[in-house]
Amino acid sequence: MMPEDNKYSANSKPKFWNDPEKRSLLFQVLMVGTVILFALYIINNTMNNLESRGISTGFGFLSQNAGFDILLTLIPFDATYSFGRTFFVGLLNTMLVSFLGVILATILGFIIGVARLSHNWLISRMASVYVETFRNIPLLLQIFFWYFAVLQLLPSPRESIELFDGVQLNVRGLYFPAPITGDGFGWVVIAFFASLVMSVFMIRWAKKRQDETGQFFPAYWASFGLVIVLCGLTYLASGSPLTWEYPELKGFNFKGGINVIPELSALLLALSIYTAAFIAEIVRSGIEAVDKGQTEASSALGLPRSRTLRLVVIPQAMRVVIPPLTSQYLNLIKNSSLATAIGYPDLVSVFAGTTLNQTGQAIEVIAMTMAVYLTLSLLVSLFMNWYNKRMALVER
Amino acid sequence: MLHNDQKLPDLPAPISSTGPIGWLRENLFDSWVNSVMTVIAVYFIATTIGPLLNWAFFSADFLGDSKDSCTSDGACWVFVTVRINQFIYGFYPEAEIWRINILFGMFALLIAALVIERTPHRGWIALFTLTIFPIIAFYLLYGDAFGLEKVETHKWGGLMLTLVLAVVGIVAALPFGILLALGRRSHMPVARSFCTIFIEVWRGVPLISVLFMASVMFPLFIPEEMSFDKLLRALIGIVMFQSAYMAEVIRGGLQAIPKGQYEAGEAMGLSYWKLMGLIILPQALKIVIPGIVNTFIALFKDTSLVLIIGLFDVLATVQAAITDPAWPRVSTEGYVFVAFVFWVFCFSMSRYSQSIERKLNTGHR
Repeated sequence: MMPEDNKYSANSKPKFWNDPEKRSLLFQVLMVGTVILFALYIINNTMNNLESRGISTGFGFLSQNAGFDILLTLIPFDATYSFGRTFFVGLLNTMLVSFLGVILATILGFIIGVARLSHNWLISRMASVYVETFRNIPLLLQIFFWYFAVLQLLPSPRESIELFDGVQLNVRGLYFPAPITGDGFGWVVIAFFASLVMSVFMIRWAKKRQDETGQFFPAYWASFGLVIVLCGLTYLASGSPLTWEYPELKGFNFKGGINVIPELSALLLALSIYTAAFIAEIVRSGIEAVDKGQTEASSALGLPRSRTLRLVVIPQAMRVVIPPLTSQYLNLIKNSSLATAIGYPDLVSVFAGTTLNQTGQAIEVIAMTMAVYLTLSLLVSLFMNWYNKRMALVER
Repeated sequence: MLHNDQKLPDLPAPISSTGPIGWLRENLFDSWVNSVMTVIAVYFIATTIGPLLNWAFFSADFLGDSKDSCTSDGACWVFVTVRINQFIYGFYPEAEIWRINILFGMFALLIAALVIERTPHRGWIALFTLTIFPIIAFYLLYGDAFGLEKVETHKWGGLMLTLVLAVVGIVAALPFGILLALGRRSHMPVARSFCTIFIEVWRGVPLISVLFMASVMFPLFIPEEMSFDKLLRALIGIVMFQSAYMAEVIRGGLQAIPKGQYEAGEAMGLSYWKLMGLIILPQALKIVIPGIVNTFIALFKDTSLVLIIGLFDVLATVQAAITDPAWPRVSTEGYVFVAFVFWVFCFSMSRYSQSIERKLNTGHR
């Protein structure tokens, strides 16, 4: 018995190249080696190329004078500021358009998504035409369409269209009156935050009471009213410390007020209309995923339709909706980089465009730009995963 | 006892719940909210669709050879009909356009054969489309062999370039995507982390920055004496970007294969590559065909971004033609034409993907 066993085990000892563990080790070593060699090859080539073109490496260029102006800046900027500052100007502009775009796209997407499920045949048909049209046309084309075919045809500043009192629309953009805060406006701000804090407590209290007693209190409407009333009273009590600066036509252009440049409007319109088509589909599938029995059960319990939606359907639909919605938000942020095609000064346009052309520091600039988007993506998906985990159905 | 066994004849349903009137009552006016919405919708449609049709068809100009032929106040489609060759073929030499036409014909035949289910030997046709056809296509387009005149890639453009970018992008991204997906699920920690990092990096950045990288950084990476075609650079960028997305689609398919399939393959003593190639991948890929089609749609739309690095796809050709001073005020017509082209392609693909999804849906989950 024994010798046979020995023979068997001697035979079964696999050859070196047949042992899966050793083979995978060898494979991984080879892989690391190949990647390192490839990286060295590229770095070597790059160094040679940079040297022969006389480009210095490093991030020293960031402190040099930029020497160009930017159309829209949220922080002070002119030609005397540094290249490093152009990075932040572009980044803030990207964040501005992404933030506004996410909000608009979400609102529009939810409306269209719900409309697609409407019992009204015409409304649901119109919603599907919307989705099928805008989702199947490239975003860049839509940006061009809004910018070159629609907004460029608006009248000159002299013949502006006055939409509301003080709101002017012309080829240079949309002009709003700008609020000028006077003494005592700080009290209104304080009142606003105070009422927000109170609302949070009220909503918590309402939820707790509902969990314990089942009694319903319209906490959201109440807190909305609270904010309005408290802020309004403080505003009046502190002597209405707010005046408006109206845009005025001086020479060939408007001065004063808040100007929304057409590049921003075109980009925002295209981004939110395009993304809303995708969000609408996500919302629709989320609502359809909620079992019909849930709605029936809640109406059997006597819940009114609005509260059925808010307390039963939407929380369950959100579980299905949030993960794909996250991807759409990320897509919107990344797609905002198409701004460069119409000259909206976002990160890619200002930094990876103008700054790169002026300095020639391709590697540093592109790496920084990519790192920004990568960080944004990772942050948003971390946040959304956390939120998703909190909302997810807890099962066995 | 008065008893009548005879069944009374069925009365027709009340007129208010059948026929067009019943349909209207049920679908458009079943509550006052819906009635109000219907009226608003009808008003909206009447005020937009009518003028739109009038602009696009009834008072539009179709024939002619210059802007002067556009005399009515509708759309000036003359712009499109005059420039159509440029929009489709770019700046390809006119004498050589027959090569593109042959290619378009072959491509259409292959696609038709692959989509229609009764075609015999679809597997072999698919293999041909993925391997031999690209080689034929390259020699037909580029020439410089078999007595064909050489056409440099900077003369390629229009719809033909859009298709080249999209098809090459997807065909090349497929094998890379499969490898990356397998790597991400591998038990080897080094391979797994390499693949995960590659996928997450390319998925986390916008395509534009990848294209910028391809156009300004790639030339620095290679030895100075080597020349590097602009189109090829863009293609490499697109393929890297796309294979990351493809990898995630395929990973989804791999995850959907029950563990028993892996175990059965291992019990049979199959090696890793045989297990994957013969058992897992065929099933996984079949499941994710809709996902692949969706990725393809996204890529097809995204090819328009090459405009930013100076390649002339169909959108860029039209965009350039619009700025021609001989054709003032034709931007809307141009954009509508491009939108229509993209829409037809994307819409039919999305319908195709939906039909596959329905067909593959076996009912059990």
